[in-house]
Amino acid sequence: MIRVSVQSAAIDIAAEFDLHDAGGHGASASFIGRVRGDDGLAELFLEHHPQMTEAGLAALAHAASDRWKLSALTLVHRVGTMAPGETIVLVLTSSAHRAEALSAVEYLIDRLKTDVMLWKRESFADGRVAWVEERGSDLRRAERWD
Amino acid sequence: MALNIAYFSWVRERMGVADEMVDLPADVGDLGALIAWLAVRDERGALAFAEPHRIRAAIDGNMSGRGAPLAGVREVALFPPVTGG
Repeated sequence: MIRVSVQSAAIDIAAEFDLHDAGGHGASASFIGRVRGDDGLAELFLEHHPQMTEAGLAALAHAASDRWKLSALTLVHRVGTMAPGETIVLVLTSSAHRAEALSAVEYLIDRLKTDVMLWKRESFADGRVAWVEERGSDLRRAERWD
Repeated sequence: MALNIAYFSWVRERMGVADEMVDLPADVGDLGALIAWLAVRDERGALAFAEPHRIRAAIDGNMSGRGAPLAGVREVALFPPVTGG
């Protein structure tokens, strides 16, 4: 079962785990990305494309399920305005044994950072506002899966 | 040819609109030519597309390179490198 969601509502991690686990799986792996409050960050805004962001996540989910034998995959990304500590992204994968679930989680979060139409804008307590720049380390991690 | 262009992130802010319908000059046939044309069309375009190497593009939702043709295209999205996750 593949579940993909792009949402402005807070990500309910417990509910997503319950939904994902309903099938009963041998091995499950997860990644949770949260807003860091570094350098006095007050607010993070995630911009997205009304159709293509979700389509991009779905394409990534299908690429992962083609590459590894997965019994379930959950990919949820938050958009809009959020505060430090809130969850931005949740990745859950399940397979019969651990290796495939762990690899698929790493692949999904690495590729999501370079392949899906999402843009972060940071607002700081001192009034500064800045769009986040692409990071070379993210590109190199993503390229490992080519 | 009429084409819908959608802008995102700081490209959207510099263009001052989220999307617009444009009438393309006959000699603008691919993505590279579109970006070059937008950079000289007006002041906001000059600001948004001053550094074309920082611009990424998608045609009808698919990430596309500069040589991608525009014939028959419905929407071109122009944006900086993505930063989700």
